Amino acid sequence: MTTIYEELQEQANAELQKRHTHCVRVCMAAGCLSHHGDTIKKALEAEIEAQGCQDDVTIKGVGCMGLCAAGPLVSVEPEGILYEKVTVEDAADIVKSVGNKPLKRLQCATNVPFFKRQVKIVLENSGVVDPESLEDYILAGGYAALDKALTDMSPAEVIDEVVISGLRGRGGGGYPTGLKWSTVAKAISDTKYVICNADEGDPGAFMDRSVLESDPHRVIEGMAIAAYAVGAEQAYVYLRAEYPLAIQRLKMAIRQAKRSGLLGDNILGSGVNFNVDIRLGAGAFVCGEETALMASIEGKRGMPRPRPPYPADHGLWGEPTLINNVETFANVAPIIRNGGAWYAGIGTKESKGTKVFALAGQIKNTGLIEVPMGISLNEIVNEIGGGTPDGSQIKAIQTGGPSGGCIPNQYIETPVDYESLSELGSIMGSGGMIVMDSSSSMVEVARYFMEFCKTESCGKCIPCRVGTAQMYNLLDKIATGKATSADLELLEQLCDLVKNTSLCGLGQSAPNPVLSTLRYFREEYLTKIVDATDKQSGS
Amino acid sequence: MARRSRIKTLKIDGRDVGAHEDQTILQLARENNITIPTLCHIEGLSVPGACRLCLVEVKGWRKLVPACATYADEGMEVFTDSERLRSYRRMILELLFSEGNHVCAVCVSNGHCELQSLAQHLGMDHVRYPNLQPVRLVDMTHSRFTLDRNRCILCLRCVRVCDEIEGAHTWDVKGRGVDARVISDLDTPWGESPTCTTCGKCVNVCPVGALVEKGRAVGEMVKRQEFLPYLSSMREVKR
Amino acid sequence: MRRNGYRPDALIETLHTAQEAFGYLDDETLLFVSHALRVAPSQVYGVATFYHFFNLKPQGEHVCSVCLGTACYIKKAQKLLDFIEETYGVVPGNTTEDRKLSVLTVRCVGACGLAPAAVVDGEVVGNATVDSLRERLEGVLGK
Repeated sequence: MTTIYEELQEQANAELQKRHTHCVRVCMAAGCLSHHGDTIKKALEAEIEAQGCQDDVTIKGVGCMGLCAAGPLVSVEPEGILYEKVTVEDAADIVKSVGNKPLKRLQCATNVPFFKRQVKIVLENSGVVDPESLEDYILAGGYAALDKALTDMSPAEVIDEVVISGLRGRGGGGYPTGLKWSTVAKAISDTKYVICNADEGDPGAFMDRSVLESDPHRVIEGMAIAAYAVGAEQAYVYLRAEYPLAIQRLKMAIRQAKRSGLLGDNILGSGVNFNVDIRLGAGAFVCGEETALMASIEGKRGMPRPRPPYPADHGLWGEPTLINNVETFANVAPIIRNGGAWYAGIGTKESKGTKVFALAGQIKNTGLIEVPMGISLNEIVNEIGGGTPDGSQIKAIQTGGPSGGCIPNQYIETPVDYESLSELGSIMGSGGMIVMDSSSSMVEVARYFMEFCKTESCGKCIPCRVGTAQMYNLLDKIATGKATSADLELLEQLCDLVKNTSLCGLGQSAPNPVLSTLRYFREEYLTKIVDATDKQSGS
Repeated sequence: MARRSRIKTLKIDGRDVGAHEDQTILQLARENNITIPTLCHIEGLSVPGACRLCLVEVKGWRKLVPACATYADEGMEVFTDSERLRSYRRMILELLFSEGNHVCAVCVSNGHCELQSLAQHLGMDHVRYPNLQPVRLVDMTHSRFTLDRNRCILCLRCVRVCDEIEGAHTWDVKGRGVDARVISDLDTPWGESPTCTTCGKCVNVCPVGALVEKGRAVGEMVKRQEFLPYLSSMREVKR
Repeated sequence: MRRNGYRPDALIETLHTAQEAFGYLDDETLLFVSHALRVAPSQVYGVATFYHFFNLKPQGEHVCSVCLGTACYIKKAQKLLDFIEETYGVVPGNTTEDRKLSVLTVRCVGACGLAPAAVVDGEVVGNATVDSLRERLEGVLGK
């Protein structure tokens, strides 16, 4: 007897039979779309008909290929030729070149560190599968992990694999995922929930958007496995309304999965029920905080509440709830497929696996990369990222967004893992990595982040609500050269207060950009200080 | 049905105390005549843990915890009055004073104000931050009460008592961060509110002079909060 | 609303739907939502003003959002805002007097690889310069 999953595979294989010898992939992620990736795809399709080679070549819209700086990107498979900065006018030449010599003028070298140094787990399907096709995902081995978990493994065995893998939360905190799962699994309740945090609020990060746009089924599969492991039947994806394409593709993926029996009652004939719904965020950074996110899903103002009780015990509507972010869930299927030990073999002792980073700022190869944990910052920004566009010296690397810090160039050999980054006063964060050169003033960068925290503070607790506003005013005073050393002292006291007394993570980490710039670039602050005593004696 | 609650033994400021497992550190401290300052907390309403004044130290814990939302546990050693905590509390009060307009000398609640007495008690005698000078409107449209948002400290007792006890939910908060303001209905004038029952509970739970009765002179406004534990326990019984 | 089963916790979904239909949320809409979902008016108003995504004022015919995420900030997105203010005389959060153009700032549209970015009527302008933004705006506004 064939199982439901085998039937799905057969259907997908039937689809494969229709495939042609060559496939031209066009990047349809938000970055390339803004450079008219969609019209290029249409032009290529028209050109194939015009040149009468429909039987040999297919055109496929795929997710992010990573190198956003060189978009729109088009690749020709199976040769693996990558074309950059493609325009509509290039369509005819590209179609002509298929199966022949590659087009030199558009070719983008793929034997460079940007491609060779990456290790792709989360992004293994990005730029490869059609995000709007379930068959494509299944052909790439998709939902095999879910099938394996449901048929061959008990929930406890699933959790064991995740524990062995050493996977830690990719949203920024780095809490061990296996521990989180086993805590929720232990909670006794008839109703439990799984939440996928896709409220990518860190300005300067776009990993989650890219994963959802490029490979939405992977996230659904990860959630389904998690739900089976902890005993939940309902999941929510809390997704930013600012990402319309991700919403559209995830919605489509959920519909496809429902139709194929991968979601709904009795999934894959296992007797297990599982449903996913989307809840839209509405523009509030604080909703990345677990308790605020749950308040928002319940239709309330996104205000955090004190923890404990933790969501694992008292979460959504008071029920035990598992919250992980998009990238964490995207790691689950490969871990179940290949085993936790395989995953634990990548990375460092404390930080296992890979991490996706969004490279942006003053860097040549802006885009999305996935690297093994423990790789140095230098390898990321200089080798993979290609350094600054004009070859000038990097001044600092900002990680972790408004909750992180600025790491100066002198620490560029630091390995990227949770502990090393927090020792430097920054955090791993969700994966935004912004490179700054000497054109950025560190005081102004600190002011920028404080303005962000000030407007994103929910206003519930006093240290964060008023403290961020006063810190912003002090930073503005320093940046505009009106501050005295007493102001600097006040700023440092406020940092200590807000860090230690705020209610939630937003407030507790809001001083980090100030503290880290004060630690490494204190002289920049000092040169802007007008000392009160000098001023008085001088006047 | 016999109710059973486990007993925990712990130390607060070096004193051995016994607690029910469902007692918070704040309740326990008050029971033992140990004062922990609070502003947002009021017995009988839900616990937001927002003012951060009741933060205490627990031996072996990295973070400070709010006494109002932390339950007593076996072997805990709690410190409620260290120099570090006093300094944080003074700074939090300073921030509050810098946020609104708190000129006690002209306030009807002068002498009966929880913010004022906390400042005196904790020795907060000056504010080092410039006033944020926010635009905050006064609402005098109600026939019996006045809302002066300049004096509001956003403790949200009024919002909670209106929702949790009176059941009207006339009050809520608009905006966020420093722009957050207490509003009635769709930010409509209080006097025109179709949901307000004019019960006056919000006025009596307000710790400062933001919500007051009309016709009071400076220092005359005294709040009466005795009703709250009674009403909230009645609601518990009904549930 | 029917789809959401008139559940009070569908408040944010309902507001999203209403804003999609009407472009913004006026008092009448908010009151209607309040009655239908049986959520207090003040709570509806509180939620609508908490989230940046909801507009309580009508928007102009065209909307230009300039991204002020970190990457765009580092790449001097402020210059784009200065240009808009100089040319159209409107600051972020406002609409031109002829109600043709609303200007907003947003916190990261996730196009950091293309910083600085702006969004004109839903379409991203990547690696935006004053010139490319002017071209796009003149394109939609018809000069």
